[in-house]
Amino acid sequence: MANEITIKIDGNAVTVPAGTIVVDAAKRIGNDVPVFCYHPKMEPVGMCRVCLVEMGMPRVDRETRQPVLKADGTPEIDWMPKLVTGCTERVRPGMEIRTNSEKVKTARQEILEFLLTSHPLDCPICDKGGECPLQNLTIQHGPGNSRFLVNEKFHLDKHVPLGDLIYLDRERCIQCARCIRFQEDLADDPVLGFDERGRATQIVTFSEPGFDSYFSGNTTDICPVGALTTADFRFGARAWEMQNSASICNACPVGCNTHLNTRRDGLSGNFAIKRVMPRQNEQVNELWICDKGRFGHHFATSPDRLSVPQIRKKGQLVQATWDEALSLIAEKMQAAGSSIAGIAGERLANEDLFTFRKLIEGQGGKIAAFPGEMAGGDWVQQVGIAAGSNLSELGGDSVIVVVANDLEESAPIWWMRVHQAVEKKGATLDKSKASLIVLNARPTKAEGSANYAIHYAYGEETATVQALLRAAQGNSVENETLTAAGKAIANAKNLVVFLGNEGLDYADSAALAQACANLLIETGHVGKPNNGLIAVWNKGNTQGAWDMGLRPLAGTTANFVGKSKFIWTAAADPIGDKQTLPEDTFLVVSELFETATSRRADVVLPVQSFAEREGTYTSGERRVQRFYPAVPARGESRPDWLIFSHVQVRVGQIDKAPVSTSVVFSQMSKEISLYNGLNYRALAQTQEQFPQIMGEDKYYGGTAFENSAGLGVQVRTSADLGQKPASRSVSSRSAIDGLTAVLTQKLYDRGTLLMRSYLLHPRLALPVAHLHAETAAMLGVADGEDVQVQVAGQKGKYTVCVSEDTPQNVVLLPNSVGALNFVGAQPAEVVKIAETVGA
Amino acid sequence: MSQTPEPFATYLDEISHRGRTMLLPALHKATELYGWVSQDVQEQISRALRVPAAEVHGVVEFYSMFYQQPTAKRVIRVCEDPACSAGGASAVLHELEAQLSIQVGETTADGSVTLEAVTCLGMCEHAPCALDANKPAGMLDPQSVSAFLAGELPEPVGMPYGNPLWILQRVGKVDPTSLADYLAMGGYQGLQKAIAQTPEALLEQLDASGVLGRGGAQFPTGRKWRMVRQAAGTPQNKHVVVNADESEPGTFKDRYLLEEDPFALIEATTLASYVIGAQQGWIFVRGEYPRAVARLQNAIDQARAAGWLGKNILGQKGFDFDIELRVGAGAYICGEETALFEAIEGKRGFPRIKPPFPVTHGLFHQPTAINNVETLVAALAVINVGLDAWKAVGTEKSPGTKLFCVSGHVAKPGVYELPFASTLADLLALAGGVANGRQLQAVLMGGAAGAFVAPHQLDLRLTYEDTRAANVPLGSGVVMVFDDSVDLRQVLYELARFFKHESCGKCFPCQLGSQRQYEILDRLAHHTPYTQDLQTLGNIGYTMTKTSLCGLGQTATSAISSAVRLWPHLLNENATH
Repeated sequence: MANEITIKIDGNAVTVPAGTIVVDAAKRIGNDVPVFCYHPKMEPVGMCRVCLVEMGMPRVDRETRQPVLKADGTPEIDWMPKLVTGCTERVRPGMEIRTNSEKVKTARQEILEFLLTSHPLDCPICDKGGECPLQNLTIQHGPGNSRFLVNEKFHLDKHVPLGDLIYLDRERCIQCARCIRFQEDLADDPVLGFDERGRATQIVTFSEPGFDSYFSGNTTDICPVGALTTADFRFGARAWEMQNSASICNACPVGCNTHLNTRRDGLSGNFAIKRVMPRQNEQVNELWICDKGRFGHHFATSPDRLSVPQIRKKGQLVQATWDEALSLIAEKMQAAGSSIAGIAGERLANEDLFTFRKLIEGQGGKIAAFPGEMAGGDWVQQVGIAAGSNLSELGGDSVIVVVANDLEESAPIWWMRVHQAVEKKGATLDKSKASLIVLNARPTKAEGSANYAIHYAYGEETATVQALLRAAQGNSVENETLTAAGKAIANAKNLVVFLGNEGLDYADSAALAQACANLLIETGHVGKPNNGLIAVWNKGNTQGAWDMGLRPLAGTTANFVGKSKFIWTAAADPIGDKQTLPEDTFLVVSELFETATSRRADVVLPVQSFAEREGTYTSGERRVQRFYPAVPARGESRPDWLIFSHVQVRVGQIDKAPVSTSVVFSQMSKEISLYNGLNYRALAQTQEQFPQIMGEDKYYGGTAFENSAGLGVQVRTSADLGQKPASRSVSSRSAIDGLTAVLTQKLYDRGTLLMRSYLLHPRLALPVAHLHAETAAMLGVADGEDVQVQVAGQKGKYTVCVSEDTPQNVVLLPNSVGALNFVGAQPAEVVKIAETVGA
Repeated sequence: MSQTPEPFATYLDEISHRGRTMLLPALHKATELYGWVSQDVQEQISRALRVPAAEVHGVVEFYSMFYQQPTAKRVIRVCEDPACSAGGASAVLHELEAQLSIQVGETTADGSVTLEAVTCLGMCEHAPCALDANKPAGMLDPQSVSAFLAGELPEPVGMPYGNPLWILQRVGKVDPTSLADYLAMGGYQGLQKAIAQTPEALLEQLDASGVLGRGGAQFPTGRKWRMVRQAAGTPQNKHVVVNADESEPGTFKDRYLLEEDPFALIEATTLASYVIGAQQGWIFVRGEYPRAVARLQNAIDQARAAGWLGKNILGQKGFDFDIELRVGAGAYICGEETALFEAIEGKRGFPRIKPPFPVTHGLFHQPTAINNVETLVAALAVINVGLDAWKAVGTEKSPGTKLFCVSGHVAKPGVYELPFASTLADLLALAGGVANGRQLQAVLMGGAAGAFVAPHQLDLRLTYEDTRAANVPLGSGVVMVFDDSVDLRQVLYELARFFKHESCGKCFPCQLGSQRQYEILDRLAHHTPYTQDLQTLGNIGYTMTKTSLCGLGQTATSAISSAVRLWPHLLNENATH
């Protein structure tokens, strides 16, 4: 840091960057100044007053402007008569702070006493009990008894639902506004506010549905009392009863670091995941996770899980032993010769994908990643965001491009971090703002913060990025906004591109990836930290699949498998996704749940969920991260990689299965050049992170967990390794004519896994067809009417929603929600469904 | 849902480009049109001004003159703070309840009238007073309630007293609606005199004049202006803000200037802009001063039309300055300077943390000089009468004259302009002494956030140095007199009720402390106190004073604790009722 300042806190010197807040400075030397309203990720407000300290500055002689020194040569300090809030004062040269004087201690005691006089003290039934800042600080700093009478407390509503996910206990709330500020400044969903004033001040929500935000769960972590609790966890367990396991969220490509809190369930005796909590990784998710990650875990412990192997006998799937199942698979596989196809879901762990590929290719078969509908993983390996990058470091010298995706719906935490880089409403020493360029056919939330927003017509994605490159090279292009955006890129030190595939089939997606790579290469933004490409994959470990050498399926499943005699799908449900498989084939399915594909299978194998095993995932930023077992395996389920290894043994590829996941990883890191040198130990390493959220207090950053299980390793791209990637010419196509259907990503889709989190059901996206008013009029349909949408030979029922945000001649359909499943922008027909007779 | 008539939509279209800063004006407009702000209207405002709906709601809730529930356009507001209460406000309220057949806080069955008991309306010299929608009334009693409801009572007019009348020079003499009359009575001579001099020369005179902030904080005005002048920034983004949110109970001096000599304030503000080098002016008037609002808006319009506001004022190239009027909506805290900025910015009136101070980070976080109305007019008076004449009266450390708001049980309540050297006894004598031949019991100095003095302290000289030495705040010049008929416990209860009502809730010591103080005073005044109540009261006062975020919380216990010191027997738990 360029400019550092030394101050003294209780006589101890501490040197910190200029602009650091006094309580943060104290924290660095292990001095936990108590706070409630202050949160190190948000700008201070000084409301709760518990961080009051004494502050002094060196006395300066008015005449000479020199510091006045005491006899011993140390500066004479003028102490301010009033206490100051340590959370709002920033360090200044020569500053001295007292955090432990009688004056400070008394003030703290009094504030705590005040807080407690209105607090219900229902700690025995409070979810926060055991990890509650108010509890901890009262024990540490509070008075032993109160001068106020217990029976004079205000009594207020205790179970106020702020929507479906979060409950508010008004009695416990101390009006610190952490939740309001989080929602406004960090989450960009300002749906909470204060009601009334004075002692009547209360938190309220104003949105439909209530507390409408993908980040709402974080407010329960940062709430310094038990006022905000999640519908999922409330009254579920005590903090000290639970065990902790580090994990990685696999719901999207961000790769948030999490903690699974588990406890043996009283009635069933099974271990249950009681809650998912953020685990600090300042380069990935900081202290946050989205609500899908927090509440979407229920599939792992669902009673619907497959728990025993099954073999089809006389047309019926019946229970079998692993030995029977594996022998049958090996036999059929060998009989198929090389007429073998593997279909690997993009949520499998790296070890699974690697072993699966070895098995299938070892037999001469072919394997592809499913759904494999988005291109660009090869470009990420070459010009992906460079190793050592951190989105938090993007500032005034940076430009961020978001193209062909709705970042908040696809990768909420990336959106939150991009928003912070662009708005800088949260706490940061560098207040300079990054510029945001959003390219899409329709408005998305990111546009609200964009400096340059350009709407192209579906089909013109690649041409638009090419025009942006021309503009960045100093050429004038037709669109003024694009010209200005290009100029911003030309002047930027850093450039990060978030690539999506909305409205693109595989070939178009490859062209767009190429165009984005060209933009980065031609403008010199590759191979250096905070520059490069981030692919916004639709699945959690798509980059891992690319890295493990799997190619995307890139088209129809039928096309890929052809006439294969033996097909194995793992964590993939092609039939459920409207694909077809040949009838005369031997089909093996390894899965968590029964699916449309598994119902057709000859062998069904139960696999372990991410919570029952270990492994690694690779994030969209190419960070390889470990997850750990948290609960015992369901029934006889096994990890995917072990199943593949067992078959490898039976078909004679290897002598014996690896003894552990780490052995698979070691072998993999030897073979996959980008992963050379990595091992489980390296992935488990940690280093000191700021803000320091743990310590004596355990209140500072909320209940986010300290990361002691590993920060992972961001693997290097070929550009990082000094190879010069060359841009290649790419052809673009023009806008699409006629009524066109496009699938858009929704965070709360109706996928197999998310459907098991029942509390999210009220929030799941509905089968709605968005149409522009003129398009709707042209089609003769009106808002709220039911229509049949026909695309690529599939038909589905949707309800019309007329919105100005939809481009003309386009019908937008939520992905994984309605009946239709297709890729790219496809010709569509929309027909009003005739009213049923008598309705 | 039916509430979307054209006028409001048209209004929103006109202002939407200005964004959030128009939130208070929009809420006032909605209240004017509908009487209240429905959910639907809040959402319209939210969309037009791009303010989250939760925050529009929060702002509506924060200000007591905005309503979420159906409320009549005609709201009758009766003051029940100490001066009015001691003058018989509760009898007036009861009579109003009887005649309207509703309780306080309710709306008549036909939806035509809402009745409210409110905090100080700033007309203490006419106690008990009330507002019938925008029409003020004073000297109410149960007998006059029918005439009041029929709109037949004349609006009260205040008379200025004292000598020399420099600040109040034209009050009661000039036609406050006429620029011509203002000019005829010496208006704008000060400004013309000033612009013949450099800002630096004027700052030196101001420093020498000893004019300190007269809202109560007593910050040297010259120093403040110099700091803003020197702050980094261009004149286009420097502000002069007039704090006309006169809400301290017992204070009404600024109302005299706003209502009776509005052009003087505009001239004085323009003078400040010249000295500071700021081009944006704002006047924030409390919503309970409808007459002042109307006259100020008229004065601003006339001044602008005549070239006294706008570009190249007095033909001086680059002397650009204009003023925008903003109206509060019932929140005492908005008199706190940073809370006032928040209100203009369209937010809840939460005070900000200082530092940074307004001189560098004020309105819209730009350099801002925020001054009390009297302060600005006093600065203009210094230029008008000349430094020597100004310094010839008062004391060396407190030169010039000062306005005092005398109310309560005196024969002639009103605003008094006196040289700083007068004693409290002089002032009371001028005001005709205690009325109706009763004995003096107590004087509340400085307002609700001030302190009491006892009859034996009347030889206190009303100067900065003497009051400071006596630990009696001069504050905003409040001198509220109570005779021996008054139950002081009731007065203290009313003060505590005031702070409970007005605490903004941002910081916990004040939010909780003001509530607890109120509960204790309620017990002391009306019920059986607990044995430890007096001690607890002291503790609350200590904590609030030491740890509260802003001046409200830091002073919310000062008057009450001064009474406890002076008359411990009054508040003893054994005292009988």
